[in-house]
Amino acid sequence: MVRAIAFTPLELRQGAAQKIFYIHVPAAWVAFLAFALVAVASAVFLWLRDQRLDRFAESSAEVGVVFTTVVLITGPLWAKPIWGTYWAWWDVRLVSTLFLWFIYVAYIVLRGAIESPELRARYSAVLGILGAMLIPFIHLSVYLFATLHPLPIVAKASKPSLPGEMLLTLFVSLAAFTLLYIAFVRARYVYATERDRIAAAEVVDA
Amino acid sequence: MRSIRPGTRSDIANPWAPVSEVVAAAWVIARKDLAIEFRTRTAFLSSVVFALLGLVIFYYAWDPTAVSAIDLAPGVLWVIFTFSGLLGLNRSFSVESADHAIDGLLASPVSRESIFIGKALANLVFVAAVQVVAMPALAIFYNLPLIEIAVPLLGVATLAAIGLVAVGTLFSAMAANTRLAELLLPILALPFFVPIVMAAAQATSRLLSGRPVAEASSWIKLLLAYDLIFAVACTLAYAHTIED
Amino acid sequence: MTATSARLDPPLLEVAALGRAFGPRRAVSNVSFSLRQGECLALFGPNGAGKTTLLRVLAGLLKPSAGNARLSGMELPGGPAARARVGLISHHTMLYEALTGRENVRFAARLHGITDQSRVDAALDRMAMLPRADTPVRSLSRGMQQRISIARAMVHSPRLVLADEPYNGLDESGARSLTSLLRALREAGTAIILVTHNLHEGLALATHAAIMKSGSFIRFDRKDAIDSTRYAERYRESLGASV
Repeated sequence: MVRAIAFTPLELRQGAAQKIFYIHVPAAWVAFLAFALVAVASAVFLWLRDQRLDRFAESSAEVGVVFTTVVLITGPLWAKPIWGTYWAWWDVRLVSTLFLWFIYVAYIVLRGAIESPELRARYSAVLGILGAMLIPFIHLSVYLFATLHPLPIVAKASKPSLPGEMLLTLFVSLAAFTLLYIAFVRARYVYATERDRIAAAEVVDA
Repeated sequence: MRSIRPGTRSDIANPWAPVSEVVAAAWVIARKDLAIEFRTRTAFLSSVVFALLGLVIFYYAWDPTAVSAIDLAPGVLWVIFTFSGLLGLNRSFSVESADHAIDGLLASPVSRESIFIGKALANLVFVAAVQVVAMPALAIFYNLPLIEIAVPLLGVATLAAIGLVAVGTLFSAMAANTRLAELLLPILALPFFVPIVMAAAQATSRLLSGRPVAEASSWIKLLLAYDLIFAVACTLAYAHTIED
Repeated sequence: MTATSARLDPPLLEVAALGRAFGPRRAVSNVSFSLRQGECLALFGPNGAGKTTLLRVLAGLLKPSAGNARLSGMELPGGPAARARVGLISHHTMLYEALTGRENVRFAARLHGITDQSRVDAALDRMAMLPRADTPVRSLSRGMQQRISIARAMVHSPRLVLADEPYNGLDESGARSLTSLLRALREAGTAIILVTHNLHEGLALATHAAIMKSGSFIRFDRKDAIDSTRYAERYRESLGASV
């Protein structure tokens, strides 16, 4: 149902390369939203120590990394025809997304390396918060790099103003992707809750 | 709650007493870490050798007709700084897990912040000591007049080291308690080191080209902001990494 | 002895319904007792009973998840003032192997704000480690390391000593040094909680004895109410009966 909404806008004929835009941008929106929520959940977890917040952060991170990967794959695919290059080191958003990906991976690897649920939750929360603090610095660093370096002559990455039809499609895509995010996180959260419940039962029985 | 060390007068009138106690305790811990490192020396020597070898390898990896030493040097210097720093950071908390020595620290009156700052200070001295060897080596191997920019370069190096050590000490505390500690530390820390390396390398490059210091100032301000924010954040975060 | 006057003082340590859980697992639950100056509680029980966790809570390493504990009126885990009054001995030595015994004890002293070298020497001397104090700890035998560890725990003259299986690894002469040290501390008014598997040693030093199983005290007796010759039997019974 949710997916049907996502796919209908993609049928608007706007040119093959442009269509990627409707996946790339909403995926980026969800990728960053997911991490913002991880950071918030982490902060509140450290304050309240409620395990449910940790499970939510875990779920949001795993869903977020998938969306981030989508952004990083569609980004170069879109960039090559439009900018003439697969990767742009001056593009603040693209590089920030790359670092978001690095932090997601670090988060997931960290969780995988810790057995104890309490320790895992605490460490992940610290990384979640610090990771969120890093992104603005990456943003600023790349911005400084881009402005202080003579740029190759390239179309600026800022969005041209979109005709109404495309804008509507974009918003529908955004809504669709957000719904997808919620659906995936819910499913993942249920899995995490079940898994923890079983693990706890085993410990008590032992 | 004001901390009162047994045997000392309580300085109710002095609002800075807790701060000076944190610093004093941190210094005791830093000295202990440095004493241990000095006794064994393996991590320090490994880092120094690693840095020197890195300088050599990078030089031979580039085509000297295409890239001049002055273009290559800043990147090389700061990349090596980062990776040799990682070697030192790895050992920072491993001494504490050997016989659960960390419990001795945690059960003593010193605050969690003091423990973190003490460890970070020791790491800072370690990193600085490696740089004391690496920078002159760079100047010699790459034939660079580093002496001329010595003062601003030292400033950049100090700021870069503080940032590296703040984040690195925290992550090494976390990594020490996990499986694959030596692999996990780079995965956690390297993304955080990128702004430091970028800013330091860019600033060094400007300085080496003879540009006035002001041009490097944006990068230096970035380093300063990074240091302030992450030094505070990591010190506060350390307490959360301890089980209680 | 100071027995009568000690009874008039408020308790040094008061533990009320103390609990500590790790996720779903309750390591300590509903433990209550109090300890006055100069009293020694011998704590027995099988492995996994929660004895170490209880001591770690009292040492300020862990926060209680239920109930509370007070040391000289200060709620535990307290700040620096509370931790300054507690000495922790564990079966881990908590030493830095690359440093010498003296350096380890000196470091512990400095953490407590003590710069007086003679206290470091005295602590080492009480455990008969002065002659080997300048050898790196890694070159010492397990028993000697344990003695250094005990010196480290005592250098700041704590009011409450928490000893978690301190006899572990000690040879006879080390054990004798430790017993006489604990006895001297007790007589000087220090309160002691001694976790040990050795019923005989434990009862010899104790003024109170408790048996812990699955996180709770299943027995708590005053020493003068215990028939030492039958205690081993009682111990086995209590463990069997409470399954």
